[in-house]
Amino acid sequence: MGRELSTRRRQFTGRTALTLFLFMLPAVAFVGMFTYYPLANGISMAFRNYNLNDLSDTSWVGLKNFSTLLNDEMFRGTVKNSVVWVVGSLVPQFLIGFTMALWLRRKFRFRGTYQALVFFPWAVSGFLIGILFRWMFNGEFGVVNDLLMKTQLIETPVPWLADARYAMVAVIVANVWYGVTFFAIMILAALQSVPEELYEASAIDGAGKVRTLFSITIPSIRTTLALTVLLRVIWIFNSPELIFGMTGGGPANETHIVTSYMIQVTQEGDYGRASAMGVMVVFVLMLFAIFYLLSIRPKKAMR
Amino acid sequence: MIRDYSTAGRIVRFAGLGLCLLITIFPLYWILVTSFKEPGTIFAYPLKYWPSDWSLANYEGLFEQSNFAVYLGNSLLVSLVAAALATVISLLAAYVLARFEFVSKGAVMGAFLVTQMIPGFIALGSLYILMTRLYLVDNRWGLVLVYVAVSIPLCTVMLRGFFENVPASLEEAAMVDGCSRLSALFRVLVPVMTPGIAASFIFNFVNCWNELFLSVTLMNSDSNKTVPAALNGFISSYNIDWGSMSAAAVLSIIPTMVLFAFASRYIVEGLTSGAVKE
Repeated sequence: MGRELSTRRRQFTGRTALTLFLFMLPAVAFVGMFTYYPLANGISMAFRNYNLNDLSDTSWVGLKNFSTLLNDEMFRGTVKNSVVWVVGSLVPQFLIGFTMALWLRRKFRFRGTYQALVFFPWAVSGFLIGILFRWMFNGEFGVVNDLLMKTQLIETPVPWLADARYAMVAVIVANVWYGVTFFAIMILAALQSVPEELYEASAIDGAGKVRTLFSITIPSIRTTLALTVLLRVIWIFNSPELIFGMTGGGPANETHIVTSYMIQVTQEGDYGRASAMGVMVVFVLMLFAIFYLLSIRPKKAMR
Repeated sequence: MIRDYSTAGRIVRFAGLGLCLLITIFPLYWILVTSFKEPGTIFAYPLKYWPSDWSLANYEGLFEQSNFAVYLGNSLLVSLVAAALATVISLLAAYVLARFEFVSKGAVMGAFLVTQMIPGFIALGSLYILMTRLYLVDNRWGLVLVYVAVSIPLCTVMLRGFFENVPASLEEAAMVDGCSRLSALFRVLVPVMTPGIAASFIFNFVNCWNELFLSVTLMNSDSNKTVPAALNGFISSYNIDWGSMSAAAVLSIIPTMVLFAFASRYIVEGLTSGAVKE
């Protein structure tokens, strides 16, 4: 009797295991075939001479693609631009998003409607946002110049996207606009998980607003904040769509970041060099993520 | 948080929120207004913030001068099929990942999450070569397959979060009554999770609808272009026709906005709860 039961259970487990395997199979197969296989292949291309325009010689060249890039004035420019782009976008996004989340924390009439309205950039692609802002920042007929002149902040129209000095500012403004909502929503969700008693206690202790912010609110949500920032850095770094829509990397390649330059090189057919850039991007971002995660961990343990 | 019921604080708060709302809405308003202006008045100075004559000329021009109807059809077909397939496939995987413990589970979750760190376009070149070998370049079904693969990881993570809100006793009871696991999943669990599944589907759809680089790379002929690829063609021309451009932009934003408005609550729930649990 006992043996019979245990065999039955074993058979059942075997069948279940097969079912589960079959359930997982399509997902794993798709991701393996169309994401991981090209990825592995792409990594190997980074070490080969692989140009679509001339496939007669696809030999292994070691680190040549990497050294070509590191000596490439243009590539070094895109690295610098990437840093400006990430930092310049992230800091205002964070500050404005945080402020909005604080303002939204207490319930008010139409808060739901408000959130739904403010949410709309999420539904739009970075590429389209780029196009919208390209039109608004148009040097001759752009609404930005018109508004700035009406408010007397400038006297003559600024050729935003035609002038290297202003183009980066303009794409960053667009990107800040695009990303604020993400921060607001994520931080708001975290704020709502902070128990109300903490605030009551701090109010009873007579803590002021600023004090409450820095000794109650921020410590309570610091893990979420840290992870949101990390995800955001990676995401901003990896999002050349907006730049493509707004400037296409111009004028004179002044707004190209590493990933947008990588796509341009891919489109030109130099897969070896593009892959080398991809490998560097992934490598640098992974290193960054590891160091970042390590640096936020010990502080957490100390608390 | 901030115990502030003073009038000044309240004014600052609502003025700030109002300004944020205005700035958020304005770009959309501006492209809408531009698209409904008479083509000649778009470039007329001073700029009109509220057009005196509303006109559909830009929309008519768009459909006359380009195959925009074809692009819309392609985008709709590719996004619908890819989003549906990805949702079903992710549903099966998410169920397993939510309910069972097994050795390679961590590896699978890890592999899925890593794809979220690495953008889909990082291996664009080798993907193009793979698709050439499969004879799937410049083929809408080929693009569907790629979009399914790109959509699966995040969709699985989201759906897994939704599964965890449904007690396992539900499908266990159905299976005691003689249901197979598959039919228990589709007859008992799916109906309970409809909002979450719908949200995941919409999320996939919007992402496929918006996708640019894969589409530009894998589709060559005009009759296979999706909307973003077509827009890319429009802005690459030396003289951008902002009249039909604005009409095209509006037409490509509207469907996603309508869908997102329905599903945004659930998507936020799925994303934030998934993030907190990890």
